[in-house]
Amino acid sequence: MSLLKQWRPSLAVHEALWGFIFISPWIVGFLALQLGPMLASLVLSFTEYQIVAPPKFVGLANYVRMFTADVSFWAALKVTVTFAIVAVPLQLVAGLLVALLMNQKVPGQMLWRTVYYLPNVVAGVSVAMLWVWIFHSQFGLINLALRLAFGIQGPAWLGHPSWALPALIIMSLWSVGSSMIVNLAGLQGIPSELYEAAAIDGATWWHKFWKVTLPMLSPVLFFNLVMGIIGTFQYFTNAYVMTGGGPGRSTLFYNLYLYMNAFQYYKMGYASALAWVMFLIILVFTLLIFRSSPLWVYYEGTVKGR
Amino acid sequence: MASVNPSGSETQPLSAAGKSAGVGARRARMSRRARSARSQILAMLLIIPGAILFLAPFLWMLSTSLKDPRYIFLFPPQIIPDPIRFDSYRQVFERVPFFHYGWNTLRMTVLCILGQLITASMVAYGFARLRFPGRDVLFILLLSTIMLPTQVTLIPSFLIFRYLGWIDTFKPLIVPDWLGGSAFTVFLLRQFISTLPIEMDEAAKIEGCSYFGIYWRIILPLIKPALAAVSIFVFMWNWNDIFYSLIYLNSQKNWTLALGLNFLRRSSPMGPGFLEANLIMAGSVIVMLPCLLVFFFAQKYFIQGIVFTGIK
Repeated sequence: MSLLKQWRPSLAVHEALWGFIFISPWIVGFLALQLGPMLASLVLSFTEYQIVAPPKFVGLANYVRMFTADVSFWAALKVTVTFAIVAVPLQLVAGLLVALLMNQKVPGQMLWRTVYYLPNVVAGVSVAMLWVWIFHSQFGLINLALRLAFGIQGPAWLGHPSWALPALIIMSLWSVGSSMIVNLAGLQGIPSELYEAAAIDGATWWHKFWKVTLPMLSPVLFFNLVMGIIGTFQYFTNAYVMTGGGPGRSTLFYNLYLYMNAFQYYKMGYASALAWVMFLIILVFTLLIFRSSPLWVYYEGTVKGR
Repeated sequence: MASVNPSGSETQPLSAAGKSAGVGARRARMSRRARSARSQILAMLLIIPGAILFLAPFLWMLSTSLKDPRYIFLFPPQIIPDPIRFDSYRQVFERVPFFHYGWNTLRMTVLCILGQLITASMVAYGFARLRFPGRDVLFILLLSTIMLPTQVTLIPSFLIFRYLGWIDTFKPLIVPDWLGGSAFTVFLLRQFISTLPIEMDEAAKIEGCSYFGIYWRIILPLIKPALAAVSIFVFMWNWNDIFYSLIYLNSQKNWTLALGLNFLRRSSPMGPGFLEANLIMAGSVIVMLPCLLVFFFAQKYFIQGIVFTGIK
């Protein structure tokens, strides 16, 4: 014990040294492969760059145009934020409920879990093609079901400006399987003593859920929330394949608009400016969520940083 | 753990009830069993309708792959194809060298999973448990790498890999996974490590265990469910990746299954699109089967209950 006390100052250095050793693979990867491209895109955001000709410095012109003269930018922002506000909470709740269900010991448990994960297994473009059929106004599965069950004619989902975004939100719930996995893994880490102690105290199912499951799972829910927001701003494949941003601008997701600028209009400088605005928006959201985390995220073993 | 509980009707192991075996405990166990039978039935009532919803599009896919191309767009659609023909599968195998592409994909995927499991868990342990200056800022920096869309970093990244002479090799797809993996994985593992009681680390430290020893012997075994989840995710990303493979794997000998499927979609003699939906769906079914197998077996790590022995 006296030896430990004697070493205390060097212990902190020792710990910091090991900390850097453990994160060194990422530091190498970041410096060698990620930092350069990130900075390059930042520089490009102040230029006009059409890929075929060398970039031309234009100062803040891209950013000024974005905020003052680009209707599509605001439309894209609105679509993406709407999706984030509606779909992300829905996905969080659905992911939690499905994981709780799938954690019950029922006959064929492994099979059911696989079925719920199935949609995540099919490659992106095939899924999108499948959904074009499902939402088809005449041949589609959804409208067929609506007709057979209620005798009503469903909308032309993807062809109608006010139904296209809801269709994509419905579709996003279908891939609840990946947050189910994260939640399931999280549920396994909750020590069973906690439930036993709660049972001895006569806790109801609801109490156990509220006082044990939810707090113990909060770090995982926190992860799902942050990743849900980042994922919404990266949302691309489905909008690209299924709607192309339309009809009108009703499904013009931010990342899709960015892609169009970069690879269809060849405005790489403008696309980079769009990317950095998006970067700042996500960063602010993420920092806000991180700041709020002491209020609702419970860590069993956090080591407070200096 | 499961053998303790032959009825198999409990979510949590019965270890505590077993220890204090008395009349009261037995009665508690009986009523608990009755209650769990009821909750099982309730759970099934919720699971089955959902399962139909999740299964339906896949069944449609399967049924399309077994249809005669002329009957794909019939209305009302045939749910069970008549006639059932497996010809699409034969044709797909003729057009796409699945075994060659499959081997390419498998090799790449396994190397990526190993890289992420090893290096991302190290980085995550460093961020979750060790104190060093600038840790929190560095962690946000790590997360920020996935906040910038890949479209704008694509060209500079390509130039770096070209400078290294890695184009048309698997290195641009594998090496990043050995350098800390992705921010997604590190963040996920950090969250799981943060839920483990810190007293374990401290006890081990007092007994002379090194930081590496704590990481290897205490942390890694306890986050097995999270590592299983990571394996599933990394498998899916790489198995189905088309974006990066399309950019970095040019020659056909290096193609992956996803690229083969993409080729199938575009090379249709009747023009790209829906006319050969039966072939595309057959190809998709073949490609997704290994994913299902991986998921089915990896999830056995989601049934083990973790018991923290000796930590009170």
